[in-house]
Amino acid sequence: MRVRNSSSVNEDIQLQMTPMIDIVFQLLVFFIMSFKIVAQEGDFNIRMPLAAAGGVPDETQVPPLKLYLTADSRGELQTPFVLNEQPFDAFPALTEYIAGYLGDERGPGSVAETAEIELHCDYNLRYEYVVAAIDAVSGEVDDTTGRVNELIKQIKFAPQTEGP
Amino acid sequence: MRIKRESNKIQEGDLTPMIDMSFQLIAFLMVLVNFSKVEQIEGIYLPTAVLAKPPDGAIESPITLHVARTGEITVYGHPVDLTGLTPHLINEANSLVSRKKSPSDATIIVRADRNVPAGKVQDVIRVCQENQFDRFILRVKEKQ
Repeated sequence: MRVRNSSSVNEDIQLQMTPMIDIVFQLLVFFIMSFKIVAQEGDFNIRMPLAAAGGVPDETQVPPLKLYLTADSRGELQTPFVLNEQPFDAFPALTEYIAGYLGDERGPGSVAETAEIELHCDYNLRYEYVVAAIDAVSGEVDDTTGRVNELIKQIKFAPQTEGP
Repeated sequence: MRIKRESNKIQEGDLTPMIDMSFQLIAFLMVLVNFSKVEQIEGIYLPTAVLAKPPDGAIESPITLHVARTGEITVYGHPVDLTGLTPHLINEANSLVSRKKSPSDATIIVRADRNVPAGKVQDVIRVCQENQFDRFILRVKEKQ
């Protein structure tokens, strides 16, 4: 039997790397150029229908907590700010107060479920203070577990009484 | 003098680590690249908050209103003032009604600058409420 010469099989086959490297670098450049660092954004969901004018107030509904935020001439928040006639110097104290007011009970029918807060803000108050107030009243983060303890879910703005 | 004979062998560098690294970089950038059309406007610096939740999924019928520091409102890329906002909202409301929905089904996303007077944001919300929109999202930046 005739045996084939196997010398051609042992030849070193070289893979062409250049086109692949070209493409890889082109992809790399494309992704680097289109890469944009965007800060993570979050939302506060608020359902706020227009208050019915001249409607009869519901007697069974718990009146909303009223938070008054006043501003100085530069739009900075003036302290103390007031929640139901109780003065506060900082938002963490406000969060603590609300947590105590709502208690530990959660679920349907609980105070936490029905509680509502109405924000009375000066017209020229900087918006970041309003967001800080919403942040403070809507929950607190447990430092040990990192869990969020939700507080007031229903937030609304009081109608503006004065213009700019 | 004895002359060394030059080797005819081609010196080849090992390309494997470089290719590995390049693929890893590509994978990293592919994961982080954001092709979604993020509605952002230069010059609006959002306030920060700890408890703001990232959107769970797609927001139903979103209408994004940007409120700049000066109080100028931008809707669908058009800068408008408070009175100019109403026609846009009426158009949106009509569009929703034609799709057998109501303005209450839409969500108004308010992206307001942290330094804008709160009253201007409230004015925007009031105009939306007057046009039967009552679902709002206040967009903020997450504080780490």
